[in-house]
Amino acid sequence: MTSDQSALEVRGLTKRFDRPAVDALDLTIRTGEFYALLGPNGAGKTTTLRMVAGLLRPDAGSVSISGIDALTDPVAAKQIMAWVSDEPMIYDKLTPMEYLEFVAGLWGIDPKISDRSAHELLVSLGLEPHLHERCEGFSKGMRQKVALAGALVHDPRLIILDEPLTGLDALSARHVKGLLQARVRAGCTVIMTTHILEVAERMADRIGVIASGKLVAEGTLAELRQQNGKNDTSLEDMFIALVDAEAAAA
Amino acid sequence: MSSAADLTWFARHEIRLAWREWLAMMTGGRRKRNRAVIGLLVFAAILHLPAYAVVGRFADLQMPLDKSSLIVLSASIFLAWALMLSQAIESVTRVFYARADLDLIMSSPVKLTNIFSVRIAAIALSVTGMALLLSTPFVDVLVIGGGPRWFAGFGVVTAIGLSASAVAIAITVLLFRLIGPSRTRLVAQIVSAIIGAGFVIALQVAAILSYGTLSRFAVLTSDATAAYAPDLNSLLWWPARAALGDGEILLLLLAAGLVLLGGVMAIFSSRFADTVVSASSNTAAVNRGSRARAFRAGTRQQALRWKEFVLLRRDPWLMSQSLMQLLYLVPPALMLWRSFSDSSAAIILITPVIVMAAGQLAGGLAWLTISGEDAADLVATAPIPPSRVIRAKIEVVLITIGVIFAPLVVALFFASALQAAVTALGIVIATVSAAAIQLWFRVQAKRSQFRRRQTSSRVATFAEAFSSIGWAATSALVLAIPIAAVISGLITAGILAATWKISPRRE
Repeated sequence: MTSDQSALEVRGLTKRFDRPAVDALDLTIRTGEFYALLGPNGAGKTTTLRMVAGLLRPDAGSVSISGIDALTDPVAAKQIMAWVSDEPMIYDKLTPMEYLEFVAGLWGIDPKISDRSAHELLVSLGLEPHLHERCEGFSKGMRQKVALAGALVHDPRLIILDEPLTGLDALSARHVKGLLQARVRAGCTVIMTTHILEVAERMADRIGVIASGKLVAEGTLAELRQQNGKNDTSLEDMFIALVDAEAAAA
Repeated sequence: MSSAADLTWFARHEIRLAWREWLAMMTGGRRKRNRAVIGLLVFAAILHLPAYAVVGRFADLQMPLDKSSLIVLSASIFLAWALMLSQAIESVTRVFYARADLDLIMSSPVKLTNIFSVRIAAIALSVTGMALLLSTPFVDVLVIGGGPRWFAGFGVVTAIGLSASAVAIAITVLLFRLIGPSRTRLVAQIVSAIIGAGFVIALQVAAILSYGTLSRFAVLTSDATAAYAPDLNSLLWWPARAALGDGEILLLLLAAGLVLLGGVMAIFSSRFADTVVSASSNTAAVNRGSRARAFRAGTRQQALRWKEFVLLRRDPWLMSQSLMQLLYLVPPALMLWRSFSDSSAAIILITPVIVMAAGQLAGGLAWLTISGEDAADLVATAPIPPSRVIRAKIEVVLITIGVIFAPLVVALFFASALQAAVTALGIVIATVSAAAIQLWFRVQAKRSQFRRRQTSSRVATFAEAFSSIGWAATSALVLAIPIAAVISGLITAGILAATWKISPRRE
């Protein structure tokens, strides 16, 4: 493995349900990059990421994570990756600390290290008063924070997040964004889907726009503006124009 | 909209919801409902056979009855009432905690007392409706064998259904008042389980202590019970007399049921609203986990097993189900204790009871650990092969069953080493079979959907029941008629093989 290796390389990724959800998708995400994947509802964002995370078997194509073939060696790929879904699934009957202990155990992390980092993560996400309360009474935002802490506790090199800011209040959202940016600065790669275009605009190094299972545009904000031929346009305007054009073409 | 119009509209809404909920439960939410309904009708027709075996001999009963017959008939009606009460408590608790429409209803400009009166009536209607449906094969058998006077049985079921619903609502609301919403859910589950099973078990315990048999009829038909029973004009015999076709008493019983339900609606409707508010606000109540301690070291499988054990330990359903299983084990345990003194052959009966209980409990546990995974994505994205995840989960089922049943096997060992060995083997095979069925038919679900587990796959439900019964019978036959055990074992293994063959996970 070399340091300039892509964090994620997807080639010809295809998945059909009753219609093509992801259609021969090619995607390359560089190591240490913050990548925002945008697209309208039903565009294939979540299906793509679920296939990358090993939750869904593709009909065709390949997925390589830091040089590891995720389809032939999923255990090795999962060891360096974390997945956070838009619907945080945690155990109601466990406390946040117990949940993180379980996650650290699943990833085989030294308990001395994971104990400290679990505490630090939960405190940084504002959950200190609730460390030893069962999650059953938690709000959606609190559950999302616990799930996010669970994704970070095993120090993954690739973090895949599906709408991570849904349900979070402004302060919590800022905490989460700060935490993710700190991870990227430390060399971690983040791929995130979001409908909050402002977040993508501010945080992402590169943005990919997906529609009807295909990547219709990709690049930095400046590159996207250049592709669109308008230098002063907002990401929202570009996004709508791209999606409309794709819908018209379809 | 007038108040009466509100009520009519809401009643229609409740009936529609109850109907769809019932239909989804019966058909497992499948789209091909016609086929499911035909299957249910066939099943209902088949149910007439066991119904004939149970009540066929009572079809010729005529008034005036002797005391023993009255006692048996009244006890059977009381048992049905207890089961309905258990079901009604469960329904009321579900309305308090699980209905997603409470916020909408409580924020609407409608008088809550009226709304909850309708909801109470809907609970009574659904409990009574279900009871009428289940009693149909029994009443049919009695009508065919003894004439149309037995149609009065439907009236008795309606009357006791109404009264059971009324008592269930009163019990649940009072539990809220006494112990608070946070504990009511668990306590109500346990109370409903105890009420459902308690009456039969109490009769069995009395039969063992007095007559050395597991048959509850030994107590009911005994001279001692007849001597203590009140005379033939007592109110206690009204349900039995009504079931035998006494129209006047039947009307009085129906009126009493309606008055009781009306009284409960009048008294508790307003409190029902308060109770619902307490229950819904209780979802934010703080529940402390364990105190702070350092993370444990261990393998990935150990982490999985630890998580499963913690979740099982903190699962109110499991607590109430375990209590139920333990309750059912009280009669055989008592039998075992009595058999130490006399070398009674009846001790063999303990083995099938234990094996059956183990198989049933293992089925529930296997569903909770294998299918009921609340963080399925987390486990699926963890760097551990799926086969090792499944293995860890099955180990949890085996260990839990071992811990629960080991004391009984050890006690049995002191009475008969051979029987203890056969029982232990039966427990292991029944447990592994139940876990295998759950594995073949696993469908990802939330643990809170446990109640629906039996509707998601009818094949799995029946296979699980036949497997437990089959291994229980085989274990008993090994001790009594070994050659018959071979046949019984082969049949049960054949059922399992057929189940595997049609299971979706075969590939």
